[in-house]
Amino acid sequence: MEARDLAASSPIAALPRRLEAASPRYGEKVIFGLLAACAGLSVLTTTAIVISLIVPTVQFFGDVPIGDFLFGTDWGPTFTPPTFGVLPIVVGTLSVTFWALLFAIPIGLGSAIYLSEYASRRVRKTVKPILEILAGIPTVAFGFFALVFITPQLDKIWPDHFLGGPPLIFNVLAGGLAIGLMIVPVIASISDDAMSAVPSGLREGAYALGTTRAKVATRVVFPAAFSGIVASIILGLSRAIGETMVVLIAVGSTPNLTLSPVESVQAMTAFIGTTATGDIPTGSTIYKTIFAVALLLFGMTLLMNMLSVRLVRRFREVYE
Amino acid sequence: MGAFEPRTARAEIAVAGARGVTAEVLSTQPRKEVIRNAVFAAILFLALALALAGLGLLIGKNVVDGHSRLNLDLITNNNSSDPLHAGLRNAIVGTLWIIAFVLLFLIPLGVGAAIFLEEYGSRGSRFTRMIDLNVQNLAGVPSIIYGLLGLEFVARAPLNLGYVVLAASLTLTLLVLPVVILASREAIRAVPDSIREGSMALGATKWQTIRRQVLPASIAGIATGVTLATSRAIGETAPLIPLGAATFLTFVPSGPGSEFTAMPVTIFNWVKQPQPEFQTLAAAGIVLLIALLVALNSFAIWLRNRYEQRW
Repeated sequence: MEARDLAASSPIAALPRRLEAASPRYGEKVIFGLLAACAGLSVLTTTAIVISLIVPTVQFFGDVPIGDFLFGTDWGPTFTPPTFGVLPIVVGTLSVTFWALLFAIPIGLGSAIYLSEYASRRVRKTVKPILEILAGIPTVAFGFFALVFITPQLDKIWPDHFLGGPPLIFNVLAGGLAIGLMIVPVIASISDDAMSAVPSGLREGAYALGTTRAKVATRVVFPAAFSGIVASIILGLSRAIGETMVVLIAVGSTPNLTLSPVESVQAMTAFIGTTATGDIPTGSTIYKTIFAVALLLFGMTLLMNMLSVRLVRRFREVYE
Repeated sequence: MGAFEPRTARAEIAVAGARGVTAEVLSTQPRKEVIRNAVFAAILFLALALALAGLGLLIGKNVVDGHSRLNLDLITNNNSSDPLHAGLRNAIVGTLWIIAFVLLFLIPLGVGAAIFLEEYGSRGSRFTRMIDLNVQNLAGVPSIIYGLLGLEFVARAPLNLGYVVLAASLTLTLLVLPVVILASREAIRAVPDSIREGSMALGATKWQTIRRQVLPASIAGIATGVTLATSRAIGETAPLIPLGAATFLTFVPSGPGSEFTAMPVTIFNWVKQPQPEFQTLAAAGIVLLIALLVALNSFAIWLRNRYEQRW
C-alpha cells in the first residue's frame, strides 16, 4: 500500500507501476497447463502400470497363498490340478540372463575399451554408429537366429553328454547367447561413453610416468569410469531379464527347475507371452497369475533401474 | 623443419639412428610389458570383431535363408495359411496404421513433457525430480509389461477399445515415450540461455520464446529422438501379444478401429509354423524388417551428426 501511495504522489505516476504484461496472457497459462499435463502423463503411466499389476495380484493371493507362490518349486498353472510355485520360471529367467551376461560383459567391455582407448578417431567414428544402428535389430530376429543358427551350431560342437548334452531344440544356452549378442551394443556403447568422458589429463599423467596403454586403460580409465560401466551392465541385465521374444522362440515353455544350459526351460516373460494372448477370461485364476508374475518381473527390473540411474548420476557429477 | 632441408640419405639415417637410441635410453617399458600390451590390444580387437561378426552373421544368415522369397510378392501378397502365397502386405498396412497414430500421440506428448521439464520445471523442484526419475524408470520397464498395461487399461475397461489398431498405438506410444522425452530434453538443454534471454529482452513471452527460438534450434535432436522411437515401435513384438496380436490375420487393417496385425507379429507367427517354407518366408520378412529399421536408425544418426550444433 505504501508503495502505491508513493507512486501516486510522484511525477511519474502516469507510467505503469511495474513492468508487466499489458494483458493477463491466459494463453501462456493454458500452455503451461497443457505442458504440465504432458509431463504428468509419465507419472500417470507408472501409476497405471502399478495399479494394473497390483490389483489382479492381490486377488491372486486370495486364491493362492503368497508363500506357495514365492517358494514353491512346481510351476503348472494351466495343469489340473494347477500348481503355482514360481521358482522354476524365476530360475529359468536367471539362467538365461546368466549366459547372456557371460557373453555380453567381456565382449561388450572389450569392444568399449578398444573403441575408447585404442581405436583411431576414424575407426571409432565408423564403428560407434554401426553399433548404434545394429542396436535397432528387432528382437524377433534374435530369437529366430538362436533357433535356426545358434542351436544347430551348438549341437555340432557340443561334446557328447558334456553338461547333460547334446542341446535340445529349445535350450537355455542358445537363447542366452542370442540375448547376449543383443545387449553387446548397449553395453559397448554406454561404457564407451563413460570411458571417453574420463578427462584426458588423467591418461596423459599416466603416460608421462611411462605407463603402457594397457595399464592406462585398465588401471586409470576403467576405474575412473567404473560407475558408468556398471550402469551399462545393469541396463543390459535388465534388458536380458525383460526380453520376451528370444525366450519365447528359442528357449521354450517347459517349466523345468534346472540349471542345465542345454535343456528347455520357461522364463517369466515366456510364460506371460504364451499365456496372455488376449482371449483369456478376465477374473480367472490364470489371468491373475499372469499379473502376479509380471509384478515380480517389474519389481526386479525396477530395482536394477533405480541402481543404474543412481550410478549414472554419480558418474555424471564427477566429470561434468 | 625447414632448417634441415634438403635431407640427404645420410642425414636420414643419422636422424633415425639418433631417434632409436633416444627411445632405447628413455623407454622404461620392459619388453614383457610391450608384449603384454600388444596381446591385450589384440584381445580387445577380437572382442569388437566378434560382436560385429555375430551381428553381421545374423543379418547374413537371414539373407541367405530368405533370398528366394525376397521379391515383390513379399510385399504385395497378404498373409495366408499357404506359405507359398503368404506375404506381408496386410502386416505392412497394419504397421503403417499403428505408427501413424503412434506419431500423432508421441510427438506432442513427448516434446510437451520435455519442454515442461526443461523450460518450466524449476530444476530440483520435487515435481520435476519425481517426473525425471519416473521417465528414467519407465525407459527400463520390460516391453511385455506395457502389453499387459494395454490389455488391462486400453483394450479392456476403463478405455475399453478392444483389440484394435488404436489400442496397439496407445500401448506402443507409452512404451517409446521415454525415448522421445529423454532425447528432446537433451536437445532443448543444449540451446544456450543467451538465446532465450535475447528473445525475452525483445518482449517475447515465454511461449513465444520457446516456439520461435528454442524449438527451431533443437529440432534436429528432437527429430532424432522421434525417429529412434519410431524404429523401436516398428520392431516391437512383445507388447502386442497380450493385445491379441498372436492370431493369424489374413485381411488388411482398414483404420484405427480395425483389428490389427503388424510386421514383427506376422513374422513371429511364421517362425512358429512347422513348415520349412514358412521359415524361409520368416527369414525374408526379417531381412525386410531389419532393412527398414537400419534405414530409420541410420537416418536418425545422420540427422544427429549433420545438424549437431555447437554453440
